[in-house]
Amino acid sequence: MLFRENGQFKSTYRADLQMLPIRQDRWFMAGLVAFAFLAVPYIASGYLFLSLINPFLILTLAAIGLNLLVGYCGQISIGHAAFMSVGAYAAYNLALRIPALNFIVVLILAGLIAAVVGMLFGIPSLRIKGLYLAVATLAAQFFTDWLFARVKWFTNYAHSGSVSTAPIVLFGWKIETPVEKYLFLLAVLIVFTLIAKNLTRGHLGRAWMATRDMDVAAEVIGIRPVYAKLTAFGVSAFYCGVAGALWGFVHLGSWEPLAFNLALSLNLLFMIIIGGMGSILGSYFGAAFITVLPILLNQVPLWLDVPLSTAMVSNFEAMLFGALIVLFLILEPRGLARLWAIGKEKLRLWPFPH
Amino acid sequence: MTRQLKAGLMCAALAAGAALGGVAVAQDNEQFFPVLVYRTGPYAPNGVPFANGYVDYLKLVNARDGGINGVKIGFEECETGYATDRGVECYERLKGKGPTGGTVFQPLSTGITFALTDKSFNDKIPLITAGYGRADSVDGSVFRWNFPLGGTYWDAADILVQHVGKKEGGLDKLKGKKIALVYHDSPYGKEPIALLQERAKMHGFELILLPVTHPGVEQKATWLQIRQQRPNYVFLWGWGVMNSTAIKEAVATGYPREKMYGVWWSGAEPDVEPAGPGAKGYNALVFLAPAGEGAVHKDIMKYVYDKGQGTGDKSKVGEVLYNRGMVSAMMAVEAVRKAQSKYGKKPLTGEQVRWGLENLDITDADIKKLGLTGYMEPIKTSCENHEGAHSARVQTWDGKKWHVQPGTYQADQKIIRPMIEQSAEKYAGEKKLQKIDCKSV
Repeated sequence: MLFRENGQFKSTYRADLQMLPIRQDRWFMAGLVAFAFLAVPYIASGYLFLSLINPFLILTLAAIGLNLLVGYCGQISIGHAAFMSVGAYAAYNLALRIPALNFIVVLILAGLIAAVVGMLFGIPSLRIKGLYLAVATLAAQFFTDWLFARVKWFTNYAHSGSVSTAPIVLFGWKIETPVEKYLFLLAVLIVFTLIAKNLTRGHLGRAWMATRDMDVAAEVIGIRPVYAKLTAFGVSAFYCGVAGALWGFVHLGSWEPLAFNLALSLNLLFMIIIGGMGSILGSYFGAAFITVLPILLNQVPLWLDVPLSTAMVSNFEAMLFGALIVLFLILEPRGLARLWAIGKEKLRLWPFPH
Repeated sequence: MTRQLKAGLMCAALAAGAALGGVAVAQDNEQFFPVLVYRTGPYAPNGVPFANGYVDYLKLVNARDGGINGVKIGFEECETGYATDRGVECYERLKGKGPTGGTVFQPLSTGITFALTDKSFNDKIPLITAGYGRADSVDGSVFRWNFPLGGTYWDAADILVQHVGKKEGGLDKLKGKKIALVYHDSPYGKEPIALLQERAKMHGFELILLPVTHPGVEQKATWLQIRQQRPNYVFLWGWGVMNSTAIKEAVATGYPREKMYGVWWSGAEPDVEPAGPGAKGYNALVFLAPAGEGAVHKDIMKYVYDKGQGTGDKSKVGEVLYNRGMVSAMMAVEAVRKAQSKYGKKPLTGEQVRWGLENLDITDADIKKLGLTGYMEPIKTSCENHEGAHSARVQTWDGKKWHVQPGTYQADQKIIRPMIEQSAEKYAGEKKLQKIDCKSV
C-alpha cells in the first residue's frame, strides 16, 4: 500500500533513467543517509564505532570492489586482500615520503597504484577462466605477502616489519575521535557507492555483465574481452586499494603484512557470496554479516547473563556463525540482497497479495 | 517464501535483542582489570596456562587481602585468539568498563601490542608487555604508556648470544660460526633480528634467518635448510604449536637438541611435552618466573583452589606459563598499589596507574613478602627505563622437568640502549609525536 509507484509517471528519459526510480525508495535512501550522518553520531558509542561500524564501512568498500569483479564481470578472485595491502602500503609510503600530500590525494594515488597491480594480475584472466583463474589470483596474495614482509624499503626498514601511520589531517581537520573517523569513512563510502552504482549502469557495467553471462556472445556483439576484463580488474583493485589504505590509516593505525592475509581475501569473497553477487546493496549486507555478526555472537552469552567460560563462548561463536552461513545459503543461495528484493516485491502487494 | 522471511526476521530479532540486552554489572568501588586471553586456536596450549595464572592471582588478591588495600579487583576476560583485529575489538570492548575504565592491558601478543600502542596515547591506558612487545618501548620518553617489564626480545637475543659465546669459550670464538634463527613470521619473531644482526657484525658469526609462517605446523622446508647448512646453534623464536613442531622436526632431522635455544616463550611444558623423550636436552631462556611452587602458590591453593574458585586444572599450577601469568598480574597489582600511595585508596584511572608503573620498585624484600622468592629479579622502573630489569637465566629440559642452570645473564645495555633510542626516535618521527623530557618528570 505504502510502497507502490502508482501515479508516478515519467515524462522524460532522464526521469526514467534515475538510479532509484520509485519515489518511496528515494525518500527512504535520503532518510537513511540523513540518519547515518546526523543521528548515528549521537546514538552509537565509541566501542560501536571502532569495533563494528567503522570496520564494516571499510570492508563494505572492499566488498563492493570485489563484487564489481566477481559479481558483475564473472572473474573469480581469491586474492583481493593483496590489492588492499598494495593500497595500504602505497598510502603509507606516499604519506611518509611526501608529507605535503593531502590525504585524499594519497587515497586516490594508492587506489591507482593498486589498480595498476590489479590489472597486472588480471592479465591471466584473458587466457584462463573460472576456478583456474581463481587459483591464479592466489599468486597475487602470496606475492604481496612476500613482498611486504621481505622487501624492507616498503616498511621503511621497521625492525619487526610493522608500520605505523601518523594521524590523518584533512584541510586542518585532524581525524582522531571515533565519530570523526566514522563521518569521514561514511562520506568516502557514499561517494564510491554512487560511482560503483553508476558504473554498473553504464556501458562499462553492461560490457562486464555481458562478459560474465557469455564471453563468446559478448565478443560477437563487439565487446572487447581484453578491455572489459582488465577494466574490471583495474576498477575492482582500485576500490580495494582505497579500502586497504583506509583499513591501515583509519582503522588499524599500525599493521603488519599479516593484516592482509588470505583469511581476509576469503572473508571478502564470503561477503559477496552471502550478501549477493552482482549487487551493490548485497556488498553492504555481506560485509555486515561477516564483520558484525561474529562479534555480536561473542557477546550474546554475556548479555543474556549465561555464565560460560571464555573458551566456550568463542567456540559457540564459531559454531553458530558457521550454522548461520549454511542456513542463509540454503534459504537463499542468491544472497541477502535477494531476500531484500523479495521483501520489496511483497511490500508492493501488501496488504492484498494475490 | 514466508519461511525464509521468518528465518531472516528471527536472525534480525536475535541480533537486535543482543544489541539491546543487559549490561554487565560493574561495582562502583572496584579496580577493573581487563583480561585479554586466548583459550582457543593454535596458540591456546600456551595461552591457557598464562590466563589461568593471571586470573588466579587476581582472585587470590581479592580472597586473601580483600583487594588492593581494600579496593576490590573486578575483571573480565575477552578472547582474542591471538588475532590482532579481535584483540583490538576486545580492547575497545573492555577499556571503558568499571568505575574508572581499564586499569592496564596485557595482551600477550606482540602483534596486538603494536596495535594497542597506537591507541594508548589517546586513551591513556598503560600496557604491560612483560617479556614481549616492542623492544624500543623501553624508552619512556616516547612510549609513555608501554611497560615491557623484566625484559625485551633484544635482551633475550643478547643473552642468548652471550650464553653461546660463553659455551664456546669467549664471544670472539663465535667468529665464523653459524647461528640460525627459526622465527615466527610476525612482529614477535622479527623483533630480535635487529639485535642479532648487530651482534653478528660485532663478533663475525653468520646469521641464518628462517621464517616460519603462522601457525607454524609446517616446518619441513625450514629444517631441510638446517640440515643442509648445519648451523652451530639454533635459536627458536616460536609460540604455540610452532615450538613443539620445531622440536619434533629437530628430532626428525637429527639436529642436536642441546644446540637449540628457545626464547622465554619457547620454554614451557606445552612446548616440549608433545615432542616426548626427544625433547631432552633442549634449552630455553627463563626470566621472571621459572616452573615450580613457592609460598604464593600455597596461598593460591588455600584461598582459590580449595574454595573451588580455581580457574584451571589444579595440577597445572606452577607450570612455567602459569607462573608467568601470575607474576604479570602481580606486577599490575603492585603498580596499582604504588599508584594508590600517591592518589589514595580508591579505584584509579589508567593514567594514575601509569604513574605507579613508572615508579615501580619491587625490591628483594617485597619479593619475599609476596611469596615469590626465587621467582623473579627486583624491578625498578623510571621514565627513561620502562623495563626495570633485563636479566635472564637458561633452563634445560631433562625429559620431565625444567632445570634452571646457574648463572644470571644481564643484557648488554651498551649495545641495546643506542638501538632503543634510535628506534624510538624514528617511531616518534613517523607518528609525529612530541617526546617528553624525562629530566623534568
